[in-house]
Amino acid sequence: MDAFLGTERNPLQVAVVGSGPSGFYAAEALLKSGQAVRVDMIERLPAPYGLVRYGVAPDHPKLKEAILAYQVIAQLPHFSLLANVNVGRDIEVDELRAHYHAIVFACGAEADRRLGVPGEDLAGSHTATEFVAWYNGHPDYRERSFDLSAEVAVVIGQGNVAADVCRILAKSVDELRATDIAQHALDALAASRVREIHLIGRRGPAQAKFTNKELKELGELACCDTQVDPRDLALNAESLAELQSKANYISAKNVEILRDLAARALGGRPRRLLFRFLESPLELVGAGRLEELVLVRNRLEGSPFQQSAHSTGETARLRCGLLFRSIGYAGVPIPGCPFDARQGIFPTRDGRLVDATDAVIPGLYAAGWIKRGPSGIIGTNRADSVATVKSLLADVPSLPSGAKAGSAGLAPLLAQRAVRAVSLDDWRVIDAHEVARGEPLGKPREKFTRVAEMLGCLDGGAVSQR
Amino acid sequence: MTTIVTDNCNGCRFTDCVTVCPVACFHADETMLYIDNNVCIQCSACIPLCPVHAIYADDDIPEDQAHWIEINAERSQALPVVTEKQDALPGAEARKAALGY
Repeated sequence: MDAFLGTERNPLQVAVVGSGPSGFYAAEALLKSGQAVRVDMIERLPAPYGLVRYGVAPDHPKLKEAILAYQVIAQLPHFSLLANVNVGRDIEVDELRAHYHAIVFACGAEADRRLGVPGEDLAGSHTATEFVAWYNGHPDYRERSFDLSAEVAVVIGQGNVAADVCRILAKSVDELRATDIAQHALDALAASRVREIHLIGRRGPAQAKFTNKELKELGELACCDTQVDPRDLALNAESLAELQSKANYISAKNVEILRDLAARALGGRPRRLLFRFLESPLELVGAGRLEELVLVRNRLEGSPFQQSAHSTGETARLRCGLLFRSIGYAGVPIPGCPFDARQGIFPTRDGRLVDATDAVIPGLYAAGWIKRGPSGIIGTNRADSVATVKSLLADVPSLPSGAKAGSAGLAPLLAQRAVRAVSLDDWRVIDAHEVARGEPLGKPREKFTRVAEMLGCLDGGAVSQR
Repeated sequence: MTTIVTDNCNGCRFTDCVTVCPVACFHADETMLYIDNNVCIQCSACIPLCPVHAIYADDDIPEDQAHWIEINAERSQALPVVTEKQDALPGAEARKAALGY
Protein backbone atom coordinates (compact mmCIF):
# COMPACT_ATOMS: atom_id res chain seq x y z
CA MET A 1 0.00 0.00 0.00
CA ASP A 2 1.19 3.51 -0.78
CA ALA A 3 2.12 5.97 1.93
CA PHE A 4 -0.39 8.69 2.75
CA LEU A 5 -0.76 11.16 -0.07
CA GLY A 6 0.91 14.48 0.61
CA THR A 7 3.78 12.99 2.61
CA GLU A 8 7.42 12.83 1.53
CA ARG A 9 7.11 9.16 0.59
CA ASN A 10 4.08 9.88 -1.59
CA PRO A 11 4.07 13.54 -2.54
CA LEU A 12 1.01 15.15 -4.09
CA GLN A 13 1.80 15.56 -7.79
CA VAL A 14 0.01 18.56 -9.27
CA ALA A 15 0.07 19.85 -12.83
CA VAL A 16 -0.76 23.54 -13.19
CA VAL A 17 -1.76 24.29 -16.78
CA GLY A 18 -0.84 27.87 -17.64
CA SER A 19 1.94 30.13 -16.39
CA GLY A 20 0.20 33.46 -15.97
CA PRO A 21 -0.72 35.09 -12.67
CA SER A 22 -3.38 32.56 -11.63
CA GLY A 23 -1.03 29.65 -12.39
CA PHE A 24 1.80 31.11 -10.34
CA TYR A 25 -0.45 31.97 -7.41
CA ALA A 26 -1.87 28.43 -7.46
CA ALA A 27 1.66 27.01 -7.50
CA GLU A 28 2.65 29.25 -4.59
CA ALA A 29 -0.35 28.25 -2.48
CA LEU A 30 0.37 24.56 -3.15
CA LEU A 31 4.09 24.78 -2.43
CA LYS A 32 3.53 26.72 0.79
CA SER A 33 0.72 24.43 1.99
CA GLY A 34 2.90 22.46 4.39
CA GLN A 35 2.14 19.22 2.56
CA ALA A 36 4.67 17.39 0.42
CA VAL A 37 3.72 18.71 -3.03
CA ARG A 38 5.40 18.68 -6.43
CA VAL A 39 4.18 21.29 -8.90
CA ASP A 40 4.82 21.05 -12.62
CA MET A 41 3.71 24.18 -14.42
CA ILE A 42 2.83 23.39 -18.03
CA GLU A 43 2.81 26.26 -20.52
CA ARG A 44 2.10 26.02 -24.23
CA LEU A 45 4.58 28.75 -25.24
CA PRO A 46 8.32 28.53 -24.50
CA ALA A 47 8.00 31.71 -22.40
CA PRO A 48 6.19 31.89 -19.05
CA TYR A 49 4.17 34.66 -17.36
CA GLY A 50 1.10 34.71 -19.61
CA LEU A 51 -0.73 38.02 -19.62
CA VAL A 52 1.95 39.78 -17.58
CA ARG A 53 4.30 39.24 -20.51
CA TYR A 54 1.75 39.38 -23.34
CA GLY A 55 -1.11 41.45 -21.95
CA VAL A 56 0.20 44.18 -19.66
CA ALA A 57 0.95 47.21 -21.82
CA PRO A 58 4.64 47.85 -22.57
CA ASP A 59 4.37 51.40 -21.20
CA HIS A 60 3.40 49.97 -17.80
CA PRO A 61 6.75 48.47 -16.80
CA LYS A 62 5.98 48.76 -13.10
CA LEU A 63 3.05 46.34 -13.46
CA LYS A 64 5.33 43.89 -15.25
CA GLU A 65 7.37 43.73 -12.04
CA ALA A 66 4.81 41.16 -10.90
CA ILE A 67 7.22 38.86 -12.74
CA LEU A 68 9.74 39.42 -9.93
CA ALA A 69 7.26 37.78 -7.55
CA TYR A 70 6.80 34.87 -9.98
CA GLN A 71 10.55 34.38 -10.20
CA VAL A 72 10.59 33.96 -6.43
CA ILE A 73 7.76 31.40 -6.60
CA ALA A 74 9.61 29.53 -9.35
CA GLN A 75 12.58 29.19 -6.96
CA LEU A 76 10.53 27.36 -4.35
CA PRO A 77 11.63 23.74 -3.87
CA HIS A 78 9.67 21.23 -5.97
CA PHE A 79 8.56 23.72 -8.63
CA SER A 80 9.25 22.77 -12.25
CA LEU A 81 8.44 24.47 -15.52
CA LEU A 82 7.44 22.46 -18.57
CA ALA A 83 7.00 25.15 -21.17
CA ASN A 84 6.46 24.68 -24.92
CA VAL A 85 4.02 21.87 -24.05
CA ASN A 86 0.47 22.27 -25.30
CA VAL A 87 -2.14 20.44 -23.21
CA GLY A 88 -4.79 19.02 -25.51
CA ARG A 89 -2.36 18.75 -28.42
CA ASP A 90 1.06 17.53 -27.22
CA ILE A 91 -0.36 15.89 -24.11
CA GLU A 92 -3.94 14.77 -23.54
CA VAL A 93 -5.76 15.66 -20.36
CA ASP A 94 -6.23 11.93 -19.67
CA GLU A 95 -2.46 11.45 -19.92
CA LEU A 96 -1.98 14.20 -17.36
CA ARG A 97 -4.51 12.52 -15.11
CA ALA A 98 -2.52 9.31 -15.32
CA HIS A 99 0.61 11.02 -13.98
CA TYR A 100 -0.76 13.61 -11.56
CA HIS A 101 -3.08 13.45 -8.58
CA ALA A 102 -4.57 16.80 -9.46
CA ILE A 103 -4.59 19.28 -12.35
CA VAL A 104 -5.26 22.96 -11.93
CA PHE A 105 -6.29 24.66 -15.17
CA ALA A 106 -5.13 28.27 -15.08
CA CYS A 107 -5.12 28.82 -18.81
CA GLY A 108 -6.89 32.16 -18.93
CA ALA A 109 -9.32 33.53 -21.50
CA GLU A 110 -7.58 33.73 -24.86
CA ALA A 111 -10.50 34.26 -27.21
CA ASP A 112 -12.45 37.44 -27.63
CA ARG A 113 -16.14 38.11 -27.41
CA ARG A 114 -17.93 39.23 -30.53
CA LEU A 115 -20.09 42.29 -30.98
CA GLY A 116 -22.57 40.24 -32.96
CA VAL A 117 -23.30 43.00 -35.48
CA PRO A 118 -23.13 43.00 -39.30
CA GLY A 119 -19.77 43.92 -40.78
CA GLU A 120 -17.83 42.82 -37.74
CA ASP A 121 -15.39 40.86 -39.89
CA LEU A 122 -14.61 43.64 -42.38
CA ALA A 123 -10.93 44.39 -42.89
CA GLY A 124 -9.95 47.10 -40.43
CA SER A 125 -12.14 45.62 -37.67
CA HIS A 126 -10.10 43.80 -35.02
CA THR A 127 -10.21 42.53 -31.50
CA ALA A 128 -8.22 44.33 -28.84
CA THR A 129 -6.78 40.91 -27.97
CA GLU A 130 -5.09 40.62 -31.36
CA PHE A 131 -3.66 44.13 -31.21
CA VAL A 132 -2.44 43.79 -27.62
CA ALA A 133 -0.85 40.40 -28.29
CA TRP A 134 0.73 41.74 -31.48
CA TYR A 135 2.36 44.81 -29.93
CA ASN A 136 3.51 42.62 -27.04
CA GLY A 137 5.24 40.19 -29.41
CA HIS A 138 3.05 37.11 -28.87
CA PRO A 139 4.20 34.43 -31.34
CA ASP A 140 0.61 33.54 -32.34
CA TYR A 141 0.09 37.11 -33.53
CA ARG A 142 3.49 37.75 -35.11
CA GLU A 143 2.17 37.61 -38.66
CA ARG A 144 -0.84 39.86 -38.07
CA SER A 145 -0.78 43.26 -39.67
CA PHE A 146 -2.80 46.31 -38.80
CA ASP A 147 -3.45 48.99 -41.37
CA LEU A 148 -2.84 52.17 -39.40
CA SER A 149 -3.32 54.44 -42.41
CA ALA A 150 -6.80 55.56 -41.34
CA GLU A 151 -7.10 58.88 -39.53
CA VAL A 152 -10.06 57.87 -37.38
CA ALA A 153 -9.91 54.84 -35.10
CA VAL A 154 -12.60 53.46 -32.79
CA VAL A 155 -12.13 51.47 -29.60
CA ILE A 156 -15.24 49.76 -28.24
CA GLY A 157 -15.15 49.09 -24.50
CA GLN A 158 -14.88 50.84 -21.17
CA GLY A 159 -12.23 48.93 -19.31
CA ASN A 160 -8.51 48.90 -18.84
CA VAL A 161 -7.74 46.95 -22.03
CA ALA A 162 -9.64 49.53 -24.06
CA ALA A 163 -7.60 52.19 -22.25
CA ASP A 164 -4.36 50.37 -23.12
CA VAL A 165 -5.26 50.23 -26.82
CA CYS A 166 -6.12 53.95 -26.80
CA ARG A 167 -2.80 54.83 -25.19
CA ILE A 168 -0.74 52.80 -27.62
CA LEU A 169 -2.57 54.46 -30.53
CA ALA A 170 -2.29 57.90 -28.93
CA LYS A 171 1.35 57.88 -27.92
CA SER A 172 4.21 58.84 -30.20
CA VAL A 173 6.74 56.13 -31.00
CA ASP A 174 9.32 58.17 -29.07
CA GLU A 175 7.23 57.59 -25.97
CA LEU A 176 7.21 53.83 -26.62
CA ARG A 177 10.72 53.30 -27.93
CA ALA A 178 12.33 52.52 -24.57
CA THR A 179 9.69 49.95 -23.56
CA ASP A 180 9.65 46.22 -24.31
CA ILE A 181 7.15 46.75 -27.16
CA ALA A 182 7.87 44.41 -30.08
CA GLN A 183 10.00 46.02 -32.77
CA HIS A 184 7.55 45.06 -35.55
CA ALA A 185 4.83 46.98 -33.69
CA LEU A 186 7.05 49.99 -33.13
CA ASP A 187 7.84 50.09 -36.85
CA ALA A 188 4.17 49.90 -37.81
CA LEU A 189 3.14 52.51 -35.23
CA ALA A 190 5.83 54.86 -36.55
CA ALA A 191 3.89 55.01 -39.80
CA SER A 192 0.50 55.39 -38.10
CA ARG A 193 -1.73 58.14 -39.46
CA VAL A 194 -4.29 57.80 -36.68
CA ARG A 195 -5.25 61.28 -35.48
CA GLU A 196 -8.59 60.75 -33.81
CA ILE A 197 -9.53 57.94 -31.43
CA HIS A 198 -13.13 57.44 -30.34
CA LEU A 199 -13.46 55.41 -27.14
CA ILE A 200 -17.03 54.19 -27.08
CA GLY A 201 -18.93 52.56 -24.20
CA ARG A 202 -22.48 51.31 -24.08
CA ARG A 203 -23.17 52.56 -20.58
CA GLY A 204 -22.46 55.85 -18.85
CA PRO A 205 -19.49 57.45 -17.09
CA ALA A 206 -20.65 56.15 -13.69
CA GLN A 207 -20.52 52.55 -14.95
CA ALA A 208 -17.15 52.64 -16.72
CA LYS A 209 -14.79 49.92 -15.52
CA PHE A 210 -11.50 51.80 -15.73
CA THR A 211 -9.35 51.92 -12.65
CA ASN A 212 -8.82 55.53 -11.56
CA LYS A 213 -5.17 55.39 -12.47
CA GLU A 214 -5.78 54.17 -16.04
CA LEU A 215 -8.46 56.76 -16.65
CA LYS A 216 -6.34 59.57 -15.28
CA GLU A 217 -3.48 58.50 -17.52
CA LEU A 218 -5.69 59.00 -20.59
CA GLY A 219 -6.02 62.66 -19.64
CA GLU A 220 -2.27 63.15 -19.29
CA LEU A 221 -1.02 62.13 -22.72
CA ALA A 222 1.82 64.18 -24.15
CA CYS A 223 0.76 64.09 -27.80
CA CYS A 224 -2.99 63.66 -27.51
CA ASP A 225 -5.80 65.91 -26.33
CA THR A 226 -8.63 64.28 -24.44
CA GLN A 227 -12.18 65.36 -25.04
CA VAL A 228 -15.19 64.59 -22.88
CA ASP A 229 -18.63 65.88 -23.82
CA PRO A 230 -20.13 67.62 -20.76
CA ARG A 231 -23.57 66.42 -21.89
CA ASP A 232 -22.47 62.85 -21.17
CA LEU A 233 -21.89 63.88 -17.57
CA ALA A 234 -25.50 64.87 -17.00
CA LEU A 235 -26.21 61.65 -15.12
CA ASN A 236 -29.59 60.08 -14.44
CA ALA A 237 -30.89 59.82 -10.88
CA GLU A 238 -29.94 56.15 -10.60
CA SER A 239 -26.33 56.84 -11.58
CA LEU A 240 -26.14 59.71 -9.10
CA ALA A 241 -27.45 57.34 -6.43
CA GLU A 242 -24.70 54.85 -7.37
CA LEU A 243 -22.07 57.53 -6.93
CA GLN A 244 -23.46 58.57 -3.56
CA SER A 245 -22.83 55.12 -2.14
CA LYS A 246 -19.66 55.63 -0.14
CA ALA A 247 -18.38 52.17 -1.07
CA ASN A 248 -18.51 53.11 -4.77
CA TYR A 249 -15.67 55.60 -4.48
CA ILE A 250 -13.79 54.23 -7.50
CA SER A 251 -16.65 55.15 -9.85
CA ALA A 252 -17.14 58.47 -8.08
CA LYS A 253 -13.49 59.25 -8.66
CA ASN A 254 -13.78 58.20 -12.32
CA VAL A 255 -16.65 60.64 -12.83
CA GLU A 256 -14.66 63.37 -11.06
CA ILE A 257 -11.74 62.74 -13.43
CA LEU A 258 -14.08 62.90 -16.44
CA ARG A 259 -15.62 66.16 -15.17
CA ASP A 260 -12.15 67.67 -14.93
CA LEU A 261 -11.43 66.55 -18.49
CA ALA A 262 -14.74 67.94 -19.76
CA ALA A 263 -13.92 71.33 -18.26
CA ARG A 264 -10.48 71.45 -19.82
CA ALA A 265 -9.67 73.27 -23.07
CA LEU A 266 -7.99 71.27 -25.83
CA GLY A 267 -4.24 71.81 -25.97
CA GLY A 268 -3.55 71.75 -29.71
CA ARG A 269 -1.85 68.35 -29.54
CA PRO A 270 -1.56 66.40 -32.81
CA ARG A 271 -3.92 63.59 -31.73
CA ARG A 272 -7.28 63.61 -30.06
CA LEU A 273 -9.05 61.04 -27.87
CA LEU A 274 -12.83 61.39 -27.60
CA PHE A 275 -14.74 59.67 -24.81
CA ARG A 276 -18.20 58.63 -25.93
CA PHE A 277 -20.74 57.11 -23.59
CA LEU A 278 -24.16 55.47 -23.96
CA GLU A 279 -23.56 54.31 -27.54
CA SER A 280 -23.42 50.83 -29.07
CA PRO A 281 -22.25 49.72 -32.51
CA LEU A 282 -25.11 48.63 -34.76
CA GLU A 283 -23.27 47.92 -37.97
CA LEU A 284 -19.86 48.22 -39.56
CA VAL A 285 -20.16 49.42 -43.15
CA GLY A 286 -17.69 49.41 -46.02
CA ALA A 287 -16.87 47.98 -49.44
CA GLY A 288 -14.46 45.25 -48.47
CA ARG A 289 -13.04 47.22 -45.60
CA LEU A 290 -14.36 49.33 -42.75
CA GLU A 291 -15.41 52.80 -43.83
CA GLU A 292 -18.17 53.75 -41.45
CA LEU A 293 -19.61 52.74 -38.10
CA VAL A 294 -23.31 53.01 -37.35
CA LEU A 295 -23.98 53.66 -33.68
CA VAL A 296 -27.15 53.73 -31.66
CA ARG A 297 -27.73 55.94 -28.65
CA ASN A 298 -28.56 54.07 -25.43
CA ARG A 299 -30.35 54.94 -22.25
CA LEU A 300 -29.90 53.22 -18.93
CA GLU A 301 -32.72 51.21 -17.41
CA GLY A 302 -32.89 49.53 -14.04
CA SER A 303 -32.27 50.33 -10.42
CA PRO A 304 -28.92 51.61 -9.11
CA PHE A 305 -26.08 49.10 -9.69
CA GLN A 306 -28.43 47.04 -11.93
CA GLN A 307 -28.62 49.47 -14.82
CA SER A 308 -28.26 48.11 -18.33
CA ALA A 309 -28.05 49.85 -21.69
CA HIS A 310 -31.11 49.89 -23.96
CA SER A 311 -31.35 51.32 -27.43
CA THR A 312 -33.21 54.58 -27.92
CA GLY A 313 -33.39 53.94 -31.66
CA GLU A 314 -31.51 57.20 -32.36
CA THR A 315 -28.57 56.43 -34.66
CA ALA A 316 -25.39 58.22 -35.61
CA ARG A 317 -22.72 57.50 -38.22
CA LEU A 318 -18.98 57.81 -37.80
CA ARG A 319 -16.45 57.65 -40.64
CA CYS A 320 -13.58 55.46 -39.47
CA GLY A 321 -11.09 53.02 -40.93
CA LEU A 322 -9.94 51.11 -37.89
CA LEU A 323 -11.87 49.52 -35.03
CA PHE A 324 -10.86 47.50 -31.98
CA ARG A 325 -13.40 45.78 -29.80
CA SER A 326 -12.57 45.17 -26.18
CA ILE A 327 -15.81 43.89 -24.75
CA GLY A 328 -14.60 40.86 -22.87
CA TYR A 329 -12.80 37.59 -23.40
CA ALA A 330 -13.70 33.95 -23.41
CA GLY A 331 -11.74 30.86 -22.54
CA VAL A 332 -10.85 28.24 -25.14
CA PRO A 333 -12.01 24.64 -24.65
CA ILE A 334 -9.50 21.85 -24.03
CA PRO A 335 -10.46 18.31 -25.09
CA GLY A 336 -11.11 16.27 -21.96
CA CYS A 337 -12.47 19.20 -19.94
CA PRO A 338 -16.06 20.39 -19.62
CA PHE A 339 -16.71 23.81 -21.14
CA ASP A 340 -19.43 26.38 -20.68
CA ALA A 341 -19.55 27.89 -24.16
CA ARG A 342 -21.98 30.63 -23.20
CA GLN A 343 -19.77 32.07 -20.49
CA GLY A 344 -16.49 30.94 -22.06
CA ILE A 345 -15.30 29.27 -18.87
CA PHE A 346 -14.72 25.83 -17.38
CA PRO A 347 -17.75 25.16 -15.19
CA THR A 348 -16.68 24.84 -11.55
CA ARG A 349 -17.98 24.64 -8.02
CA ASP A 350 -15.56 26.03 -5.43
CA GLY A 351 -12.78 25.66 -7.99
CA ARG A 352 -13.60 22.00 -8.77
CA LEU A 353 -14.50 21.18 -12.39
CA VAL A 354 -18.03 19.87 -12.76
CA ASP A 355 -19.54 17.90 -15.65
CA ALA A 356 -22.81 18.47 -17.50
CA THR A 357 -24.76 16.92 -14.61
CA ASP A 358 -23.04 19.29 -12.17
CA ALA A 359 -21.10 16.39 -10.65
CA VAL A 360 -17.53 17.10 -9.51
CA ILE A 361 -14.82 15.54 -11.69
CA PRO A 362 -12.29 14.29 -9.15
CA GLY A 363 -8.80 15.77 -9.43
CA LEU A 364 -9.61 18.56 -11.89
CA TYR A 365 -9.62 22.21 -10.79
CA ALA A 366 -9.59 25.67 -12.33
CA ALA A 367 -8.32 29.07 -11.24
CA GLY A 368 -8.24 32.58 -12.66
CA TRP A 369 -10.05 33.75 -15.78
CA ILE A 370 -10.88 30.25 -17.06
CA LYS A 371 -12.75 29.75 -13.77
CA ARG A 372 -14.53 33.03 -13.16
CA GLY A 373 -14.32 34.84 -16.51
CA PRO A 374 -12.18 37.85 -17.40
CA SER A 375 -12.66 40.15 -14.44
CA GLY A 376 -10.34 41.88 -12.06
CA ILE A 377 -6.67 42.65 -12.36
CA ILE A 378 -3.49 40.69 -11.72
CA GLY A 379 -3.83 40.52 -7.95
CA THR A 380 -7.49 39.48 -8.08
CA ASN A 381 -6.24 36.14 -9.34
CA ARG A 382 -4.22 35.54 -6.20
CA ALA A 383 -7.28 35.38 -3.97
CA ASP A 384 -8.98 33.24 -6.63
CA SER A 385 -6.13 30.73 -6.91
CA VAL A 386 -5.75 30.49 -3.14
CA ALA A 387 -9.46 29.60 -2.92
CA THR A 388 -9.11 26.85 -5.55
CA VAL A 389 -6.04 25.39 -3.85
CA LYS A 390 -7.94 25.34 -0.56
CA SER A 391 -10.56 23.10 -2.21
CA LEU A 392 -7.84 20.92 -3.72
CA LEU A 393 -6.06 20.43 -0.41
CA ALA A 394 -9.35 19.62 1.31
CA ASP A 395 -9.88 16.87 -1.28
CA VAL A 396 -6.49 15.21 -0.74
CA PRO A 397 -7.81 12.55 1.68
CA SER A 398 -10.36 11.45 -0.93
CA LEU A 399 -8.11 11.50 -4.01
CA PRO A 400 -6.80 8.10 -5.20
CA SER A 401 -3.62 7.83 -3.16
CA GLY A 402 -1.50 5.71 -5.51
CA ALA A 403 1.92 7.20 -6.24
CA LYS A 404 2.11 9.28 -9.43
CA ALA A 405 5.17 9.89 -11.54
CA GLY A 406 4.57 13.54 -12.47
CA SER A 407 6.96 14.91 -15.07
CA ALA A 408 8.95 11.66 -15.13
CA GLY A 409 5.81 10.06 -16.52
CA LEU A 410 5.40 12.74 -19.17
CA ALA A 411 9.01 12.71 -20.34
CA PRO A 412 8.78 9.58 -22.53
CA LEU A 413 5.54 10.82 -24.11
CA LEU A 414 7.09 14.19 -24.93
CA ALA A 415 10.24 12.53 -26.30
CA GLN A 416 8.16 10.21 -28.46
CA ARG A 417 6.23 13.22 -29.84
CA ALA A 418 9.40 15.26 -30.39
CA VAL A 419 8.26 17.98 -28.02
CA ARG A 420 11.17 19.99 -26.60
CA ALA A 421 9.95 20.93 -23.13
CA VAL A 422 11.47 24.19 -21.93
CA SER A 423 12.60 24.07 -18.30
CA LEU A 424 13.16 26.99 -15.97
CA ASP A 425 16.89 26.89 -16.69
CA ASP A 426 16.14 26.86 -20.44
CA TRP A 427 13.85 29.84 -20.02
CA ARG A 428 16.61 31.73 -18.19
CA VAL A 429 18.81 31.27 -21.26
CA ILE A 430 16.11 32.62 -23.58
CA ASP A 431 15.41 35.45 -21.13
CA ALA A 432 19.08 36.47 -21.06
CA HIS A 433 19.16 36.55 -24.87
CA GLU A 434 16.10 38.82 -24.94
CA VAL A 435 17.60 41.21 -22.41
CA ALA A 436 20.88 41.29 -24.36
CA ARG A 437 19.00 42.03 -27.60
CA GLY A 438 17.22 44.93 -25.93
CA GLU A 439 20.32 46.55 -24.51
CA PRO A 440 21.68 48.31 -27.63
CA LEU A 441 18.15 49.58 -28.32
CA GLY A 442 17.74 51.03 -24.85
CA LYS A 443 14.89 48.59 -24.19
CA PRO A 444 14.49 46.36 -21.13
CA ARG A 445 14.34 43.45 -23.58
CA GLU A 446 13.64 42.72 -27.22
CA LYS A 447 11.30 39.74 -27.14
CA PHE A 448 11.65 36.85 -29.50
CA THR A 449 8.40 36.80 -31.41
CA ARG A 450 8.72 33.37 -32.96
CA VAL A 451 8.79 30.05 -31.12
CA ALA A 452 11.62 28.83 -33.35
CA GLU A 453 13.75 31.82 -32.32
CA MET A 454 13.23 31.05 -28.65
CA LEU A 455 14.06 27.38 -29.09
CA GLY A 456 17.05 28.40 -31.20
CA CYS A 457 18.66 29.81 -28.03
CA LEU A 458 18.80 26.28 -26.62
CA ASP A 459 20.76 23.14 -27.44
CA GLY A 460 23.59 25.15 -29.04
CA GLY A 461 21.14 26.67 -31.50
CA ALA A 462 22.31 29.10 -34.11
CA VAL A 463 20.48 32.23 -32.96
CA SER A 464 22.99 35.03 -32.65
CA GLN A 465 23.23 37.15 -29.50
CA ARG A 466 22.59 40.32 -31.42
CA MET B 1 4.55 56.49 -7.49
CA THR B 2 3.27 55.71 -4.03
CA THR B 3 0.39 53.75 -2.58
CA ILE B 4 -0.19 53.95 1.16
CA VAL B 5 -2.46 52.78 3.97
CA THR B 6 -3.86 55.67 6.01
CA ASP B 7 -5.63 56.40 9.26
CA ASN B 8 -8.91 54.56 8.54
CA CYS B 9 -7.11 51.22 8.77
CA ASN B 10 -5.97 52.00 12.30
CA GLY B 11 -8.24 49.97 14.56
CA CYS B 12 -9.93 48.07 11.70
CA ARG B 13 -7.24 46.04 9.90
CA PHE B 14 -9.73 44.11 7.79
CA THR B 15 -6.85 42.70 5.62
CA ASP B 16 -9.05 42.12 2.53
CA CYS B 17 -6.41 44.06 0.63
CA VAL B 18 -3.62 41.54 1.25
CA THR B 19 -5.50 38.73 -0.53
CA VAL B 20 -5.24 40.53 -3.87
CA CYS B 21 -1.75 41.93 -3.53
CA PRO B 22 0.20 40.35 -6.42
CA VAL B 23 3.59 40.96 -4.80
CA ALA B 24 3.10 40.63 -1.01
CA CYS B 25 3.93 44.20 -0.07
CA PHE B 26 1.67 44.58 3.01
CA HIS B 27 3.16 44.58 6.50
CA ALA B 28 1.24 44.64 9.75
CA ASP B 29 1.54 45.61 13.37
CA GLU B 30 -1.13 45.14 16.03
CA THR B 31 -3.16 48.14 14.86
CA MET B 32 -2.96 48.42 11.07
CA LEU B 33 -1.25 47.63 7.75
CA TYR B 34 1.53 49.41 5.88
CA ILE B 35 2.70 49.18 2.25
CA ASP B 36 6.31 48.72 1.22
CA ASN B 37 6.60 50.87 -1.91
CA ASN B 38 9.93 49.29 -2.80
CA VAL B 39 7.93 46.15 -3.60
CA CYS B 40 4.48 47.51 -4.55
CA ILE B 41 3.90 47.54 -8.33
CA GLN B 42 1.24 50.26 -8.09
CA CYS B 43 -1.49 48.06 -9.58
CA SER B 44 -4.14 49.47 -7.22
CA ALA B 45 -5.90 46.09 -6.86
CA CYS B 46 -6.05 46.66 -3.10
CA ILE B 47 -7.70 50.09 -3.21
CA PRO B 48 -11.30 49.04 -3.96
CA LEU B 49 -11.03 46.05 -1.60
CA CYS B 50 -10.69 48.18 1.53
CA PRO B 51 -14.05 48.39 3.32
CA VAL B 52 -13.11 51.78 4.82
CA HIS B 53 -11.20 53.39 1.91
CA ALA B 54 -7.95 53.55 3.85
CA ILE B 55 -5.69 53.04 0.81
CA TYR B 56 -4.74 55.90 -1.49
CA ALA B 57 -2.32 56.35 -4.37
CA ASP B 58 -0.29 59.31 -5.54
CA ASP B 59 -2.19 62.56 -5.96
CA ASP B 60 -5.35 61.06 -4.47
CA ILE B 61 -3.69 60.98 -1.07
CA PRO B 62 -5.63 63.53 1.01
CA GLU B 63 -3.44 66.33 2.33
CA ASP B 64 -4.27 65.55 5.93
CA GLN B 65 -3.08 61.95 5.36
CA ALA B 66 0.20 62.79 3.64
CA HIS B 67 2.22 62.06 6.79
CA TRP B 68 1.33 58.40 6.31
CA ILE B 69 3.71 58.22 3.33
CA GLU B 70 6.68 58.34 5.66
CA ILE B 71 5.04 56.13 8.28
CA ASN B 72 4.31 53.43 5.63
CA ALA B 73 7.90 53.61 4.44
CA GLU B 74 9.33 53.22 7.94
CA ARG B 75 6.94 50.73 9.49
CA SER B 76 6.83 48.40 6.45
CA GLN B 77 10.59 47.87 6.79
CA ALA B 78 10.32 46.88 10.45
CA LEU B 79 7.29 44.57 10.35
CA PRO B 80 6.48 41.11 8.95
CA VAL B 81 4.72 40.60 5.61
CA VAL B 82 1.04 39.65 5.71
CA THR B 83 -0.27 37.70 2.72
CA GLU B 84 -3.37 36.01 4.07
CA LYS B 85 -6.69 37.32 5.29
CA GLN B 86 -6.83 37.67 9.06
CA ASP B 87 -9.69 38.41 11.41
CA ALA B 88 -10.41 42.12 11.62
CA LEU B 89 -9.53 43.78 14.93
CA PRO B 90 -12.16 43.73 17.68
CA GLY B 91 -14.31 46.79 17.20
CA ALA B 92 -13.54 47.01 13.48
CA GLU B 93 -17.19 46.80 12.44
CA ALA B 94 -18.15 49.56 14.86
CA ARG B 95 -15.32 51.73 13.60
CA LYS B 96 -16.35 51.05 9.99
CA ALA B 97 -19.89 52.18 10.77
CA ALA B 98 -18.61 55.25 12.61
CA LEU B 99 -16.53 56.13 9.54
CA GLY B 100 -19.68 55.99 7.43
CA TYR B 101 -18.93 52.86 5.40
